[in-house]
Amino acid sequence: MKAQSFWQFILEQQDKLLTQIGQHLGLTFLSLVFAILIGVPLGVLISRKRKFAAIILGFAGVLQTVPSIALLGFLIPVLGIGAIPAIVALFIYALLPIIRNTFTGITGVGSGIVEAAKAMGMTAWQLLLRVELPLAMPVIIAGVRTAAVINVGVATLASFVAAGGLGEFIFGGISLNNSNMILAGAIPAALLAILLDKGIALIQYSQVNIKSRQTYIILGIFTAVCILSMLYMVMRSNDSRIKAGFTPEFMGRQDGDLGLRSIYGLQVNPLVVSDAIMYKAAYEKDLDLISGYSTDGRIKAYDLFVLADDKKIFPPYFAAPIIKTATLQKFPKLEETMNLLADKFNDSVMTDLNYRADFLKQTPEHIAKDFLLHNNLYKPTGSGSAGTIKVGSKIFAEQYILAAIYKILIEGHTDYKVDTKTGLGGTKICFDALVSDAIDCYVEYTGTGLLVLLKPNQQVLGSVSKSPSDTYNYVNNEFQRLYGIKWLKPLGFNNAYALMMRRSQARELHIERISDLKKYY
Amino acid sequence: MIDIVSISKFFNGKVAVDQISLQAKEGEVLVLLGTSGCGKTTTLKMINRLIEPDKGQIFIAGKDIRERDIHDLRRQIGFVMQHAGLFPHYTVARNIAVVPELLKWEKKTISLRTAELLHKLNLGEEILQRYPHELSGGQQQRVGIARALIADSPILLMDEPFGALDNITKADIHAEFRSLEEIRSKTIILVTHDVSEAFELGQLICLMDKGKIVQIGTPKELLYRPANEFVANFFAENRLLLEYKVTTLQELQGITAIDPFISRYGFTLSTDLWHATQVLSMHTDAAQAYETLVGAFNNYRKQQVV
Repeated sequence: MKAQSFWQFILEQQDKLLTQIGQHLGLTFLSLVFAILIGVPLGVLISRKRKFAAIILGFAGVLQTVPSIALLGFLIPVLGIGAIPAIVALFIYALLPIIRNTFTGITGVGSGIVEAAKAMGMTAWQLLLRVELPLAMPVIIAGVRTAAVINVGVATLASFVAAGGLGEFIFGGISLNNSNMILAGAIPAALLAILLDKGIALIQYSQVNIKSRQTYIILGIFTAVCILSMLYMVMRSNDSRIKAGFTPEFMGRQDGDLGLRSIYGLQVNPLVVSDAIMYKAAYEKDLDLISGYSTDGRIKAYDLFVLADDKKIFPPYFAAPIIKTATLQKFPKLEETMNLLADKFNDSVMTDLNYRADFLKQTPEHIAKDFLLHNNLYKPTGSGSAGTIKVGSKIFAEQYILAAIYKILIEGHTDYKVDTKTGLGGTKICFDALVSDAIDCYVEYTGTGLLVLLKPNQQVLGSVSKSPSDTYNYVNNEFQRLYGIKWLKPLGFNNAYALMMRRSQARELHIERISDLKKYY
Repeated sequence: MIDIVSISKFFNGKVAVDQISLQAKEGEVLVLLGTSGCGKTTTLKMINRLIEPDKGQIFIAGKDIRERDIHDLRRQIGFVMQHAGLFPHYTVARNIAVVPELLKWEKKTISLRTAELLHKLNLGEEILQRYPHELSGGQQQRVGIARALIADSPILLMDEPFGALDNITKADIHAEFRSLEEIRSKTIILVTHDVSEAFELGQLICLMDKGKIVQIGTPKELLYRPANEFVANFFAENRLLLEYKVTTLQELQGITAIDPFISRYGFTLSTDLWHATQVLSMHTDAAQAYETLVGAFNNYRKQQVV
């Protein structure tokens, strides 16, 4: 398979790209309009009642400092998933610059000018509309500019809550090791930010003719906003009876949406959603069908039903740590120690560990120690004087637990010290970190290694996917040849993709196999 | 016209204006004079309710101002402030038209009246489309005056109106202002800390200190019959200049013959001595006339000081 150029990707995906740009603009503008509608009056209010200024600005400032992902996380239980929590989060981020600049702009109007206006006999409203707001306008618009640029950036995260936008490409590309896809999302997002900034700046500097030209520009933009937002809303309407939400990675994988289309003939048209919130969204009926991992603890916690893969598009894959051969030579006892975990797991063991993290809220360290004690592998920490190993993990529970297990295991059985670098955002980030020695090892899945990292042609794919051990041997050989990276012994559990839905709904609709979905799509 | 009855104002418990009473008659220019912090500006701003008094009452044409709609009241009182206080985002034309627009005048009326005032204030029509920052200080102040005069309100309040101008510009505007017929029928209250401005423009001067009135009187009364030492000291520095300024040729009539001066140098009976001696000192052949006039003044002065 020949590597695709960036332009080919753009041409091929232009419909998707346009949709995402539309969604992105819709999200940004809609939240911006709300933030202006609320923020400007609030700014005016606190310029009148100064004693509230510190409280309101402080509160908006605190909201601003909440990390965007965390904010989305807080909003999901209240607002579900989709455009609404995304718009609310963006609105919250846009609020502070708008309130603060309105306040600064209005309080910055000279006291002499305000006094003159009062002495002329202007009412409070006339003072505000004829004198204070026009004079504060450049500062207010500067605030709107800041807010717009912030929002274009934060709106990329909207894809985590199935609200669409360019984040679908960006995070999909990161998961799928597809630079073209990342760029197809990142470049338009950057351009949007620049265009919005410059566009609003035009209004800011066309102060000369307040009455005519500026008003028309503002009106024009507002109309555009309304049309865009409506388009956006129309595009979000999803009338299918079974609402599907897939991760960005699943969308681009052969053992994912591509396989569902080509093998099962299912055109699901799912929402794109982050795996961190997908299970909960299914549980709370915001989604009906999700692309989960077969060992995830939340399957058990939320009583989800895994559909049978009757046409075998989700072959079982091994999980195993991968590490550079050079590192193994540098730390001679490492391979032996890490292989102590070989075949110590099976699917139900891993699912149980995940369940303890996801549902019982035990810390990965606690679970790891229990696990090692149970397997008689626990030893107290050694001296840590023989060098440091950096263990990485992807950003879901299973990986955190495995990283914690390796830390305790290695520090107990050797004199190496272990630093964990957890929560790396996706396959590409983990793998690039490994190649560039930012981390020394992490646990990868043979299927991901095959489909996401090696990407062999259809023929090779067919021959090596026959059995899990064929896949393991192939990726191990290829990784050593191409990257000097070795796959250590498999841990003994499979983690493959699986389609799942709420058990009650599956029963009600008589869906047991993926093929049964055919009548709904 | 304006009747201020025993008003007081406190800021943070400190008295700024302490039981002041005064009256300003129609067609009169009353100057509130004093150093900064004496309460003169506070007193002025209480007249159009930019500041509300804590005690006392103010009547305009016999009516308590607190019984009137505050915006209505202000629209009927012209207000000129230091640094002009023009709206930077409005053109000169719109700045001048602020009050008429609030009063919902027709556009035509506004532009006719604007043109009339520009002419009277020696401003060219070309400045109408300019913004305040494009004008000189003197032009800005003239526009400020035009804005206060346009609605032809019977009362004009002026808060240090010429304070920010250089001396030459100030002298020009003073002369223009005095000769402006628009102001003849108005009741004007003007706040200043500039003694010579007070003498130049004021028919009645109210000297204030620490929130109280020290003396109210004509410039001449303040000069020649000071109520106490404070008043005498207040004018000590420029005393001679002020005396020249408050004395008109008419007052010297009984002492020396004035008619020759009037016919020869274009003076009138109301020409003040300061102006007259300045003109004479510029004529090389007028040394004798100058001496005569100064001699007459010295005799006149003796009669006043007694």
